[in-house]
Amino acid sequence: MSKAATSLPRTIGAHAVLLTYTAIALFPVLVIVVNSFKSRNAIFRSPLSLPTAETFDLIGYTTVMAQGDFFLYFQNSLIVTVASLFFVLLFGAMAAFALSEYRFKGNTMMGLYLALGIMIPIRLGTVAILQLMVASGLVNTLTALILVYTAQGLPLAVFILSEFMKQVSDDLKNAGRIDGLSEYRIFFRLVLPLVRPAMATVAVFTMIPIWNDLWFPLILAPSEATKTVTLGAQVFIGQFVTNWNAVLAALSLAILPVLILYFFFSRQLIRGITSGAVK
Amino acid sequence: MGSLKIENVKKSFGPVEVLKGIDLDVKDGEFVVFVGPSGCGKSTLLRIIAGLEDASAGNVLIDGARVTNAPPSKRGIAMVFQTYALYPHLTVRDNMALGLKQAGTPADEIDKRITASSSMLSLEPYLKRRPAELSGGQRQRVAIGRALVREPKLFLFDEPLSNLDAALRVNTRLEIAQLHNRLKATMVYVTHDQVEAMTLADRIVVLNAGRIEQVGAPMELYNKPANLFVAGFIGSPKMNFVDGARLGETAKTVGVRPEHIAVSQTEGAWKGTVIHAEHLGADTNVFLETEKAGLITIRLFGEYQTGPGATLYATPDAARTYRFGEDGKVLG
Repeated sequence: MSKAATSLPRTIGAHAVLLTYTAIALFPVLVIVVNSFKSRNAIFRSPLSLPTAETFDLIGYTTVMAQGDFFLYFQNSLIVTVASLFFVLLFGAMAAFALSEYRFKGNTMMGLYLALGIMIPIRLGTVAILQLMVASGLVNTLTALILVYTAQGLPLAVFILSEFMKQVSDDLKNAGRIDGLSEYRIFFRLVLPLVRPAMATVAVFTMIPIWNDLWFPLILAPSEATKTVTLGAQVFIGQFVTNWNAVLAALSLAILPVLILYFFFSRQLIRGITSGAVK
Repeated sequence: MGSLKIENVKKSFGPVEVLKGIDLDVKDGEFVVFVGPSGCGKSTLLRIIAGLEDASAGNVLIDGARVTNAPPSKRGIAMVFQTYALYPHLTVRDNMALGLKQAGTPADEIDKRITASSSMLSLEPYLKRRPAELSGGQRQRVAIGRALVREPKLFLFDEPLSNLDAALRVNTRLEIAQLHNRLKATMVYVTHDQVEAMTLADRIVVLNAGRIEQVGAPMELYNKPANLFVAGFIGSPKMNFVDGARLGETAKTVGVRPEHIAVSQTEGAWKGTVIHAEHLGADTNVFLETEKAGLITIRLFGEYQTGPGATLYATPDAARTYRFGEDGKVLG
């Protein structure tokens, strides 16, 4: 931005607003992480203070490690998230390519139909989904979760990606056709690399709700072998007694993988969100 | 080499009819330019020839073979696009090689062809670069090189110069003309710029609203336009059209080119006042509001001192005046 378009008071004002928002957004996360390193008494006595030599306690983490099979839960969460993400991106991008590239009867209707899922929460269909999974013998499998999450993520993916795919130059695709590339190679080799920022955006928006979801693991796959991290953490929340150390430790640990994946995607994500707005 | 025959090709997008029955023969080795205003269907016609778009009716024959249902890669064509359309992730060399690799050409043959065409277009220093590291003119040369290595029966150009700046446009135009002289290949070229059409074409096809208005050599179109549209479209500045009734003629419209009008300060057919004069050095364009013929444009060669408010007499060259009937067709 040029110097003429910025002024010091405006810059300070803008940063103040953004910093306030960041503080509000990060505060709960910070409280969770800080308290996960404190003893039970310290958590209740002064929930906002940092752990001191007296109050520092790793009891939460040792409990989490000792009780239940947390590594398995982590592994389940990762498998479900990564597999769903893969299918959402693959099928979402393919549907978006078809909608943006080919003229066929009902193209617009198909686009609207696929976008409908953005407005209607998939949880409304929980009973039917459960019946379906019971009938097909998929209850208590990770497959059940992957299928549901793929369906949940597709509408937004199709919606965002088809907008981006419309911007890919027609000439480029046609050059590929003249050089004898198949439609699949045009899609995978020419178009997908050009919409990578949009893919990263979709990946982040799809990934976080899946990782954090408690609803479907609880209903479709509550068995010990298929528990996800968020469901695993519920072990420590009882009706009468809650092991806060363990809950906080489990949640702190659950943040890590998403954080890593986010750093992995973030540069592309920012480009995806700001493209069009800045250029 | 290749000839091209188009038989009664029609194309509709939903209810909109873009091409209303096109018939055309292009001989082997000919350079044909499709020209027309935007939306006249010239690009659509080119895409139908390339196989990127299906015709609603009619046939396309390349080298005598009916290719109406053949995919683009099997038609023996190569195409150069307005936006270059180079593969961004491949080097210049791989951009040129991709089509041949897809067709299963042996590696040494690919090498030979790339060496030949890159030396012809002076692309050797850039072979290892990616398109993003090249300027617009270089990119378009690579795109032409990519077409060359395919050794096609038919070259198709879709407004290849429109994205280049004025100086580069003249250079690249010259290169394309030289390329045609050297290869003697059949080329079909689409443009909205009549200068490109006039300078490059063996034959020009003037399209308007989905129909062919006239086909002919550049000078034929200039000297013998078949109708009002072609007369107005070819030539710059545009031909002056005067209502026949105003001049006491039986024709509906009378046309005379700006360069076929003589001026004098003392006497002439149409007296008028200068509204504006454009001094371009090599020529001077004078806009004259005449009493008899309305506003006309006059093109004078060399410098001519005049300015707004001056009185001038204009006399059209009778031998080079065109008369058009009610239907817009030229009379006599």
